[in-house]
Amino acid sequence: MASLLTKNERQLALGISILLALVGLAMAGAGDDRAYAAHGILIMVFGVGTAFLTISGYHAPEPPEGRLAQYYDDPSKVGIVLAMGWAVFGMFIGDWVAWLLAYPEMTFDAAWSSFGRLRPVHTTGVIFGFGGNALIATSFHVMQRTSRARMPDQLSPWFVLLGYNLFCILAVSGYFMGLTQSKEYAEPEWYADIWLVIVWVTYLVLYLRTLARRQEPHIYVANWYYLAFILVVAVLHIVNNLAMPISLTQAKSYSAFAGVQDAMTQWWYGHNAVAFFLTAGFLGMLYYYLPKRAGRPIYSYRMSILGFWGITFFYMWAGSHHLHYTALPQWVQTLGMTFSVMLLVPSWLAAANALLTLNGAWHKVRDDATLRFMMVAALFYGLSTFEGSFMAIRPVNSLSHYTDWTVGHVHAGALGWVALITFGSIYAVVPWLWKRQGMYSAKLVEAHFWLALVGTLIYVFAMWNSGIIQGLMWRTYNESGTLAYSFIDSLIAMHPYYVARAIGGLFFLIGAVIGSYNIWMTVRATREDSREPIADRPVPAVARDRALQSGE
Amino acid sequence: MFGFHYRLERRTIGFVLAVMVVSSIGGFVEIAPLFTIDETVEDAPDMRMYTPLELAGRNIYIREGCYACHSQMIRTLRDEVERYGPYSLAVESKYDHPMLWGSKRTGPDLARIGGKYSDAWQVAHLMDPRAVVPVSVMPAYTWLGRTALRIDDLGLHLTAMRRVGVPYSDDMIANASADAYGQATPDGDRAAGVVERYGDATHVRSFDGDPSRVTEMDAIVAYLQILGQLTDAAGKQEAVTTGNGQ
Repeated sequence: MASLLTKNERQLALGISILLALVGLAMAGAGDDRAYAAHGILIMVFGVGTAFLTISGYHAPEPPEGRLAQYYDDPSKVGIVLAMGWAVFGMFIGDWVAWLLAYPEMTFDAAWSSFGRLRPVHTTGVIFGFGGNALIATSFHVMQRTSRARMPDQLSPWFVLLGYNLFCILAVSGYFMGLTQSKEYAEPEWYADIWLVIVWVTYLVLYLRTLARRQEPHIYVANWYYLAFILVVAVLHIVNNLAMPISLTQAKSYSAFAGVQDAMTQWWYGHNAVAFFLTAGFLGMLYYYLPKRAGRPIYSYRMSILGFWGITFFYMWAGSHHLHYTALPQWVQTLGMTFSVMLLVPSWLAAANALLTLNGAWHKVRDDATLRFMMVAALFYGLSTFEGSFMAIRPVNSLSHYTDWTVGHVHAGALGWVALITFGSIYAVVPWLWKRQGMYSAKLVEAHFWLALVGTLIYVFAMWNSGIIQGLMWRTYNESGTLAYSFIDSLIAMHPYYVARAIGGLFFLIGAVIGSYNIWMTVRATREDSREPIADRPVPAVARDRALQSGE
Repeated sequence: MFGFHYRLERRTIGFVLAVMVVSSIGGFVEIAPLFTIDETVEDAPDMRMYTPLELAGRNIYIREGCYACHSQMIRTLRDEVERYGPYSLAVESKYDHPMLWGSKRTGPDLARIGGKYSDAWQVAHLMDPRAVVPVSVMPAYTWLGRTALRIDDLGLHLTAMRRVGVPYSDDMIANASADAYGQATPDGDRAAGVVERYGDATHVRSFDGDPSRVTEMDAIVAYLQILGQLTDAAGKQEAVTTGNGQ
């Protein structure tokens, strides 16, 4: 790996690794609480590890010039393997906590294994570990192809990918030890947040530098979405995580905002983490891999534009629908509801654009499970955006809020849309990246598809039922005008649905394990496809100069 | 419009700026006024701050992820008010950095749980929820009872809270550790200082039933028993709206 870096890059990589190790050492030495010191050791080990990786290829000869005539895909390959590792880990924890709600004794008498600590491990593991790695890996792949330009250097993609995974490891290990800011989907403490800002700015700069080298006059739609994902997540992350640490040698911090302002900031963040992490980034995937796999051009350029700007504008207003009937002023709730309903238009434009792209390729959807993953993902995207707009209407929200309906809605989006489009994209890109004729086993892709679909449906139907029953029981009055059910009555009614949900989740987890095996076997296969498509190369430097002279 | 976009999408920096502008508007319009419009947060002159022990308990509540299953926000709906008490006001969480309004009720709302159950019930419930509520799905928190509470750094916690706007006095910060100890040790000589600094309504007692030591159980129960009790603003508001107060 390190032998493919230039000598300058190796020096820089070694310098960064040593610096990181020293920061970790300082944190471990000065740390005034055990979790913080443990994180110092973790950072130090990570820095020493990357330093060893660099040293192992440090004295190798300069990489051949010929590399510049090819896209730089090694970080994408590693990113996909990491994404699948996080998927299995995060979904395993998710299914574990699902069983805990049905059978609370299925755990150890230890703090790290209680529901409250495992739950953020699940959400961070799947959203940031699985989703984030998949986004980074595919964005590197897509931005180079659609720009027909190689990445400007070979170190920054590694810094982004490995640095991002360090953030995820700090986050997850922190929850086990009880470190959390309690802000949902923004739980990691201040030093992990600062580290993510550094990584994220590098990511943005890398993306912009690659776009600046592009040999296509236009920036392709997929890149609009990836760019919006990177930019807006940076803003959201920085604002929502503003906090005052109690000391530079302790992990604990206090949010800069309190009460109603904190709630609004948190759900402005929380809802737009859904919008720009779990939607925009994955729409970037959809807009590249779906037309490529189907062999059809995007149906409508204008729908792409309207969908993109509608999503970018409307979503940012929608967060307050998480706070209906609360102490948040009603004018903000009304704005949130209004924009949430309007949001359906650009969302369905994007979903329709994807499905109409498949016109003329429906026979491929029938035969090819990879394309079917993407098609069903677009369907679930349409379904869950409709459901989201519906649930944002105040009277509907009065029933659905605080219940499992919300959980079902989130998973219709997270399993049905985000995970399915990711699996579809990964099954498409793995043979391209490793230059294989196809996946190791098409039958296993097919099996994964059905496991994932059935698991999602069981999950979502169970949560729809439990959520609506729960909401109705809480508000039912008996004839004498008093509340008919105690809270405990509603909890007893949930039990069968909690069991069903855990079974649905288990299906989905098994699918992810099969997918990981299939990808691993594809990577390990020795048979390379010699028929590499000649077009899958960046425009060479000479041609580029000529192109520049011609005015582009 | 599409012609304009046809040109915009050829420029990286222009496109980036456009995304930044278009995406900033919503958040700016919805969040900034919450800091400037006075009516957003009601006045409550009787509102008191968390004592160091309660704050430590709140941090344990955060650490264990209690907010994932319990909300602290009673909505303005009839059934919620009848089930949990007067609907929550913004002022009641004005010292909450961060707020713990929550998003899910796997268990009931806790905004007004303070005083509803005895300390002994809370301790028994946290140690083994199914011993008191047979069908509960809540985890047991046995380690809270056997872990000594860290109180030596509570001054740092209060200082950080003051930096983000909670008006702790120098006296409170200087005595933070002693007050945490004193609040859970009613017969000790430090108990009087807690009442002096935080008011007569402050609960001073051994919350876990063992006055010889201060555990994490003391802190979490002290916190649970104060939920909904920091101000009477919500009770007064309800009296006005229902006419009961006249």
